[in-house]
Amino acid sequence: MRYLPKSPAEREQMLKAIGAQAIDDLFAIIPAEYRLTRDLDVPRQQAESEIIDYFKSAANKNATDYASFLGAGCYRHYRPVIIDALVQRGEFLTSYTPYQPEITQGTLQAIFEFQTMIAELTGMDVANASMYDGSTGAAEAVLMAMRVTGRQKAVVARTVHPEYREVLHTYLQFRDLPTTDIGYVGETGRVDLEALEAAVTQETAAVLVQSPNFFGVIEDIPAIAEIAHKKGALLIVSIAEAVSLGVVRPPVEADIVSMEAQSFGVALSYGGPFCGVIAAKEQFLRQMPGRLAGQTVDGNGNRGFVLTLSTREQHIRREKATSNICTNQALVALMATIFLTVYGKEGIRELAEHNLAKSAYAAKTLSEQPGVKLLFNGAPRFHEFVLQTQETPAQWSQRLLDEKIVGGIDLGRWYPELKNATLWCATEVVARGTIDHAAKVLAAAPVEA
Amino acid sequence: MATTETQINRSIGKVRPHQTQNEGLVFEKSSPGKKAYKLPPLDVPEVDAAALLGDAHRKTAGLLPELSEIEIIRHFTRLSTWNYAIDLGMYPLGSCTMKYNPRVNEFVSRIEGLAEAHPYRPESLAQGVLEIIDLLQRCLIEITGMDSITLQPAAGAHGEFTGILLVRAWHESQGNARRKIIIPDSAHGTNPATAAICGYQVENLKSNAEGGIDLEALARQVDEDTAALMLTNPSTLGVFENEIHKIADILHAKGALLYMDGANMNALVGKVRPGDFGVDVMHLNLHKTFSTPHGGGGPGSGPVACKKFLEPFLPTPVLVQDKNGAKSWNYDRPQSVGRVRAFYGNTGMFIRALAYILANGPDGLRQTTEDAVLNANYIRKNLEDLYELPYKTPSMHEVVFSDKRQAVKGVKTGDIGKRLIDYGFHPYTVSFPLIVHGALMIEPTESESLEELDLFINAMRSIAKEVEETPELVKTAPHSTRVSRLDEVQAARKPILRWRPDGK
Repeated sequence: MRYLPKSPAEREQMLKAIGAQAIDDLFAIIPAEYRLTRDLDVPRQQAESEIIDYFKSAANKNATDYASFLGAGCYRHYRPVIIDALVQRGEFLTSYTPYQPEITQGTLQAIFEFQTMIAELTGMDVANASMYDGSTGAAEAVLMAMRVTGRQKAVVARTVHPEYREVLHTYLQFRDLPTTDIGYVGETGRVDLEALEAAVTQETAAVLVQSPNFFGVIEDIPAIAEIAHKKGALLIVSIAEAVSLGVVRPPVEADIVSMEAQSFGVALSYGGPFCGVIAAKEQFLRQMPGRLAGQTVDGNGNRGFVLTLSTREQHIRREKATSNICTNQALVALMATIFLTVYGKEGIRELAEHNLAKSAYAAKTLSEQPGVKLLFNGAPRFHEFVLQTQETPAQWSQRLLDEKIVGGIDLGRWYPELKNATLWCATEVVARGTIDHAAKVLAAAPVEA
Repeated sequence: MATTETQINRSIGKVRPHQTQNEGLVFEKSSPGKKAYKLPPLDVPEVDAAALLGDAHRKTAGLLPELSEIEIIRHFTRLSTWNYAIDLGMYPLGSCTMKYNPRVNEFVSRIEGLAEAHPYRPESLAQGVLEIIDLLQRCLIEITGMDSITLQPAAGAHGEFTGILLVRAWHESQGNARRKIIIPDSAHGTNPATAAICGYQVENLKSNAEGGIDLEALARQVDEDTAALMLTNPSTLGVFENEIHKIADILHAKGALLYMDGANMNALVGKVRPGDFGVDVMHLNLHKTFSTPHGGGGPGSGPVACKKFLEPFLPTPVLVQDKNGAKSWNYDRPQSVGRVRAFYGNTGMFIRALAYILANGPDGLRQTTEDAVLNANYIRKNLEDLYELPYKTPSMHEVVFSDKRQAVKGVKTGDIGKRLIDYGFHPYTVSFPLIVHGALMIEPTESESLEELDLFINAMRSIAKEVEETPELVKTAPHSTRVSRLDEVQAARKPILRWRPDGK
C-alpha cells in the first residue's frame, strides 16, 4: 500500500517492542463475534493511473462541452490559476484548525484578511472565518437573531433561494420556532412590502431577505430595514451572488449579512464545498456563530493572530451551546481571499460591471424573441433574470441541449404560480455568440397548426 | 531561570532554525493602480451601471488591496511558510486525525468535468458525478455495515445534527418524540450542542474506571423518555467500547436508539463494522477517515449512515436509479427531515474520499487501520514509563496520557505541547478529553514511518527530562517560532477582528 511508510520487518519489530504476537492482539478488545473476518466488498486496490482514468471517464459523462445559463445560487466565474497554485501549497492544504497560533500564523493572518475583505464588501463591522455554505449560514443567522432579540419568530421572503428556505425549515422544525413567508410583487419580483409590514410584529426576531434575490432582482433594502427595525426585529440579508457587491450597494442597513462566497474563485464542484460567511454589526459579535481570528501581540510585542472569543463555541458551552458549528471552510475562504486580492478594489467593480452588461444584453436579446417575455422588469437586477415563454421549458430546453446549450432553470419546481418561467444567468464567462445562438433556438419554436 | 541559547540548541536534533520573511497584511502592501487581473474585452454593449441600478448602485468601492500577481504569490507563499502542516511532519493531534492527504485526490477533484459541473445541470448531463456519488455511498455503506446513507452534511457536527434529526423524526413517527439524549462525559463537545439544537435535553453519563460506558449506570438512566445515546466509539480516550452490543441492547429494550459518533472510525475500518454491533445511525468524517485535507479548518464532509428503518427520514434529495441504470435525485420523500444543505453536499470531498478508497482497496483499508493502531500502541509503550497513563484499557488509534507527573514541577500539558514545537512537531491535542485532567491526546495515524515515530518519542522523552532539569525551558516554549506565546486575553478583551486603514 503506497501511502503506508512501514516495511513488514518494521511492523514485526514494533509488535515485538509492544509485546504483541500479532497485529490482531491489538484488536482483541473487540468481541470476536463482531470482528470482520472477510475483505470489505469495495473495489480492489488501484494504481494511480487507474484512479485518474476512472475519474476522467466519469467526468466525460458529465458533458463538459456545453455552454450554460445556469445560476440560481451557484455561479460560473473565471477562476485565476494562482488560486489553485497557492491553496495547493501543502502548508495551507494539509494544516489543521489553527489552535496553536505560534505555528499557524499563515492561516490565521489569511483568515484575518478574509474577515476584513468580507466586512469591507458587505458594509458590516465584523465577519467570521466562514460557515459551511450560504444555506446553512442563513439558517444560523436566523438562530443568531433569535438569541440577540430573545424573540422566537422569523419572517422570510419567498424570494430567498428555495433551498435556503428548506434548510432553514429543517433547522427550526423541532424547536418550535415559527416562520412566516412573504410573497413578492408581480411587477417587480421584489418583496411585497405591505405584506411584510403586516407580518412583522413585536415577536419577530428577524426578517430574512436575499438580495439580489432568487429572481436576480435587487431588493429595496432600506425600505425593508425600516419595516423590520420599527418593530425591533433584526434584518438579515442573504447574498447568494457575492460578485454583485462589486457594483451593488452593500446592505448597510442590515444587522446581519449571510453570504455565500462561492463566486469568489470557488469551483462549482456540483454544489460544494462552498464558503458561507456571517458578517454583522459589532454589537452582535458575541452571538455570532463560527470561528474568528483576532489580532494581538506576542511576548516581544510583535503583531500576531489567534482564534478568539471561543467561549461562544460548542466545545466550551456544551449543552448550553446555541450552535454546534465546528469545522469551517478555511481553505475555501483562502480561495476567496486570493480571488479578491487578484481583482482588488477596481477589478471587483469592473468584473461586476461585465456581469451586468452580459446579463443586460442576454435579457434583452432573449426576451425579444417571439413568445418570450421578461418578467420582473420593474426593478434593478444584477446578472440573473426571469423569462416567461409560451412553450414549456421542456420543449425549448431540449432544442437548446441539441445545440449543446443548457438554458435557464425551470422555476415551476419552486413557484407553481410562475407558469413556464425560467431563471437565466449570464456571467462574464458567457460569450455573446452563445447568447445569440440561444436566442435563435428560442425563436425557432415549431409553428402551431 | 533564564533560558540560554545553548540549552535550546543542545536539546534539539531534528530541527534547524527556519528563515521566513516578514510579511505585512495584504492591505498594507497595496497601492492604487496596481493590477493582477485583466478582463477580456467586453463583447456586448457597455452599460451605465449607475443608470441601470439607480439607488442600488454602489458608489464607493470596498477597500480591497491592489497588487500585482508576483506580490500576491509572494504574500501567500510567505504566509504558508508560517504554518505547520502534515506535509512537514507528524501532526499528532488526537481526535483530529491528521493523516497524509494524497495528491492524486487533489488532481482528480480538479478534472474539469467534475470541478465545473453545475448542480442544476440536467441529470442526463451529470451521470458521471452521480456515479461517483453512488459508488462512494455503496463503499461507505459496506464499510459501516449500515443500510442507507446521505452525503449531504457539510461537516462532522453537521452530520451529528442530521443523525439526531433522523432519530427525532423516527420517534415522532412512533407517536412520541421523547425528551432526552444521553451523552457520555468523554464525548466530543459538539455532541451535547447537537442534541440541544435538535430540541433535546442532554443528560450526562459518567464513564467507568476504564473510561468506558458504565452499563449499570446506563441501564438506570435509560427510560421511555430517552431518544438515544450518542456514543463515540472508539471513545475520545482511544478506547473501544467492548460491551457495545450490551449498550445497544439496553437502549433498544427501552425503544431508544444508539447513535455512534464515527469520528474515530479510522480505528475500525476493515476490522469491524458498527452496523454489525447494534448501531442505528452514525456519521463519518470524510476528512478524518478518508484523507480529504483539513485545509486549515475545513472544508469537511459528514455523511450519515443508518439502518433501514431510518431511511424514509433521510434528508432530501436521495439518489435513485432506474432499471436502465440512469441515476437521478428523488425529492418525493414525505417522511424526510428535509434539507440540511443546499444542493447535495460537498461533492469535491466525495471525489477525494472515493479516490482514497480506490487507492487502498479492501486490503489497503485494513492495513491502514492496523498501522494506525500499531503506531498509537508503539508510542504508548515507549512513553508510559515517563508520562502518566490514566486509563490502562487497550488503546486503539490514539493514546491519552496526563501531565500528572510533570505538573508536580509546575509544567502543564500545554507547556509540553508548546515545547514539542521546538522539536519540529505540532503539539498533540491539549487538555481533551475533559475527563482526563491535564490530558495529552496523541494520535500518530498510519502515515508515520518508524523513523518519525522514534523522533517523536525521543522528543517527548527529552522534554520529560527537561521538565525534571530545566522546567523553565519548557514553560516558556516555544523558542524557535516567529512569534512567541500570544496574548489571547488581550485578543478576547479588546477584539481586533479586521484591519482598518487608520490602524485602529
